[in-house]
Amino acid sequence: MHRFANPTRFLRLADAILPWSIAATVLALGSGLVWALAFSPADYQQGDTVRIMYLHVPAAWMGLFAYTAMAVASAVALIWKHPLADLAAKASAPVGACFTFLCLVTGSLWGKPMWGTWWVWDARLTSMLILLFLYLGYMALQGAFDDPQRGQKAAAVLALVGFVNVPIIKFSVDWWNTLHQPASVVKMGGPAIDPAMLVPLLVMTVGFKAYYVTLLLLRIKAEVADAKIRSLRLTEIHG
Amino acid sequence: MSGFLSMGGYAGYVWPAYALTLVVLGALCVATVSSLRRKQKMLDLLQSSVRSARRRRDGNQTPGAGETA
Repeated sequence: MHRFANPTRFLRLADAILPWSIAATVLALGSGLVWALAFSPADYQQGDTVRIMYLHVPAAWMGLFAYTAMAVASAVALIWKHPLADLAAKASAPVGACFTFLCLVTGSLWGKPMWGTWWVWDARLTSMLILLFLYLGYMALQGAFDDPQRGQKAAAVLALVGFVNVPIIKFSVDWWNTLHQPASVVKMGGPAIDPAMLVPLLVMTVGFKAYYVTLLLLRIKAEVADAKIRSLRLTEIHG
Repeated sequence: MSGFLSMGGYAGYVWPAYALTLVVLGALCVATVSSLRRKQKMLDLLQSSVRSARRRRDGNQTPGAGETA
């Protein structure tokens, strides 16, 4: 782990991974979109609205994944003071916030025709909205201090405390009564979803994940450049 | 084709979901790439100005010595 905390080594690794993650994003999202919109079957109960699933479910998974990554990076930053871990957590937040936002909006667009309502204050929807607020709070807290390092530390603590929400979201459909359907892919006894829908769903998930990896690397690169700019400015003033 | 566009009568829900997803993910991508380019350009500028400042400070006796420092 320590070897990748070196920014130069990280930049070399990032530049090696980026062409592959970009290619995977374009391929998986391109084929996944065509598959989801044109070739996957309509649901016998939900009709064509089921096509919203191919966006809604990967967005939800990645919203949770990006938050978990942010919390782990924050823990590493707080405990071992890795400079790159702070940058990784910071880079993950806006991407995860976008995924969470998309999950909420696509869910709303799916809920209106199927449940008859855009929104209900039940456990799954409310806990997902809290996840979005945690992302927004994290990003706001980073910039709320004159000393960027103190802001980063406060935000890291918020990310860790807020992590309690992640298992709550996952199990909310089992613990409380809800309109939201229970898990049908990641569950005991294997997926309860037809392969004709499961395969395009997994392709879209790979596309979303590759997109996340690409943006994460680009954003960490930008943060590394930013840190170098700040230290150069300091040497210009003091040196 | 019109069946595809009408999405079984749910066009008003399915297409906005896809359009919004593409717009949000596309906008985040554009913002990320443009901020990375801006920062790298600024970094290059600062690094070259630091190098030329060192060269001036080190005087003319050893031209280029600042490069390795």
